Amino acid sequence: MASPATVEKQVGGEKNGGTRQVPTTKAPRFYPAEDIRQPKKSRKSHKPTKLRGSITPGTVLILLAGRYRGKRVVFLKQLDSGLLLVTGPFKVNGVPLRRVNQAYTIATSTKVELADFKLDDKFTDSYFAKTVSKEKQSAETEFFEDGKPKPKEPLPESKTSDQKEVDKAIIAAVKKSENLTKYLKASFGLSKGQYPHQLVF
Amino acid sequence: MTTSNFKRFVEVGRVVLINSGPQAGQIAVIAEIIDHNRAIIDGPTTNVPRQSFPYKHLTLTPLALKKLPRGAGSGVIKKQLEKENTVTAWENSAWAKKRKATESRRQLNDFGRFQIMLAKKARRDVVRKTVAKAKKA
Repeated sequence: MASPATVEKQVGGEKNGGTRQVPTTKAPRFYPAEDIRQPKKSRKSHKPTKLRGSITPGTVLILLAGRYRGKRVVFLKQLDSGLLLVTGPFKVNGVPLRRVNQAYTIATSTKVELADFKLDDKFTDSYFAKTVSKEKQSAETEFFEDGKPKPKEPLPESKTSDQKEVDKAIIAAVKKSENLTKYLKASFGLSKGQYPHQLVF
Repeated sequence: MTTSNFKRFVEVGRVVLINSGPQAGQIAVIAEIIDHNRAIIDGPTTNVPRQSFPYKHLTLTPLALKKLPRGAGSGVIKKQLEKENTVTAWENSAWAKKRKATESRRQLNDFGRFQIMLAKKARRDVVRKTVAKAKKA
């Protein structure tokens, strides 16, 4: 916290008004010989990402990019960064709890009924952040290990159990409607004569 | 005298299918032929207002109103359409049914298409099994 600009001090003498505002930091004795230009402060700020109207919790999305392209997944919520939190569910089609950009998804009109589902608050952007490896290798060992694959850290137990817990509710909801599990399991693709701009999703 | 092989003519009373514009997919009747490019069409029972329309964007159907006078007004056309049940004849034709079916398939969402795929698979399976059974016997 910044200290206040001025401090009230007692001043002696009858005609001096009793108190006086004294600056906490002294003004510099000399002005700089040359003016240093202050960069202009930008008043622009990022607007929060708007969620597409067609996407609501429970919407089935088709992923278009990345490792899971073509997969049909269930949308859970939008994170603060604007990314969408989705799950396969993992047991159904192998897509874990994951963040995706809504620009790389197709929102379908199919919805999974998630009315009484409450997502844990711990799923934030920091939950998905990469963990920094604790022990730094010395430059020497790193040099000699060049080319060797880095030892893979196992997924923490807590993440697997989180996945299971979330998916339990989702899978139960999915099972309520017929063929929906099969639908999520199958991946999306275009066949001959199908054009995405002509299809209804 | 030899008879023509042509069955559908541009004539007054011919029922046409509109292929473009806001009334695309509707049927109408030719009320008057303007020239070799356009005709006045009218569909009082199919929400097609009386208008001139290029033949390029029309398809002739096998249906036609019998003895419609040239330049008949909407009222007369409506009366005759109702008398001859032309609209129901069109709706019962294989052509109209096919169009309707394609349209309804096109409206299906991704999940709907997936379910159709499953249904087709199930049908194929039944057919394949019965054929195999019949071959054995």
